[in-house]
Amino acid sequence: MKIGVLYSRVRAEEKLLFEALDARGIPYDKIDDREVQFDLTNPGAWRDYDVILERCINHSRALYALKILNDWGVPTVNTAYVADVCGNKLVTSSQLVKHGVPTTRIKIAFTPESAIRAIEEMGYPVVMKPAIGSWGRLLSKINDREAAEAVLEHKEILGSYHHSIFYIQEYIRKPGRDIRAFVIGDETIAAIYRHSDHWITNTARGGQATNCPVTPELNKLCVAAAKAVGGGIVGVDVLEDPERGYLVNEVNYTIEFRNSIVSTGVDIPNRIIDYVLAVGRGEIKVL
Amino acid sequence: MTTTCPECEAEITLDKPLRGEIIICPDCGVELEVVNENPLTLDLAPQEEEDWGE
Repeated sequence: MKIGVLYSRVRAEEKLLFEALDARGIPYDKIDDREVQFDLTNPGAWRDYDVILERCINHSRALYALKILNDWGVPTVNTAYVADVCGNKLVTSSQLVKHGVPTTRIKIAFTPESAIRAIEEMGYPVVMKPAIGSWGRLLSKINDREAAEAVLEHKEILGSYHHSIFYIQEYIRKPGRDIRAFVIGDETIAAIYRHSDHWITNTARGGQATNCPVTPELNKLCVAAAKAVGGGIVGVDVLEDPERGYLVNEVNYTIEFRNSIVSTGVDIPNRIIDYVLAVGRGEIKVL
Repeated sequence: MTTTCPECEAEITLDKPLRGEIIICPDCGVELEVVNENPLTLDLAPQEEEDWGE
């Protein structure tokens, strides 16, 4: 079997994946996304891969590389479809709603004027996020009209058009924590609580991880969320609403898990490798 | 293997460096990337871009 790992930087996660592959004696190619080139009409040796595990840090590089590979018929974990959906919070939310997965209330507007109306109809506080972005960057919790006007003006002149697609989310009064669940295929293999005194709980922003038991209810919800975005290996972010219970917030497609192995006791890198091997053997069809 | 931080010239020792690996300089805190394993060579890691993430 020919396996490739496409990556941008060797972070703790990539080291753990390489170590897992090495420990099992599985040969693989390390493919640095800064060095690759794709000749669209001549796939050449790319077609020899049975599976490529995508671990890029740049969403755009991941998305386009996966699109090209999948169009050539090369199976990838995850697929271009999953990257496309998960890389965009607006598209993710739309997919979750389409598939009946409980999620937060979201409004979309295309001008500052309509965004203000949408925010005021929803009621303060609201959260605004760039549709494309990660690690809690540029998240705004907006408590009143003055803040809304300021943030909307800033977003409009940020320069990149996608900041003028206004993604407005109701603020969930979560209990000082949220849940990150790791789904592989048809199973939620582990979950953590991310605790923080700040309303942004990303571990990339200092949130502390502790084990979260995977109940049948949580498993069912997270697998449904994963299926809604196209399946594979994903990280599902879940908020606990005091009245409505679990609500899916976001789904991530190149999961970071360095802080979750010790706290959950689950060997996440080896579970990822198991899935990648099953795709490579053709036991799991991703295309 | 030992080399120096290109930012602050602190001495940095790594057991099993991997090309592409990201480390933090223990002295100045800058993010460094292993650009060559033998001889060990470090360079400043690329700056975070807007589409980086999970």
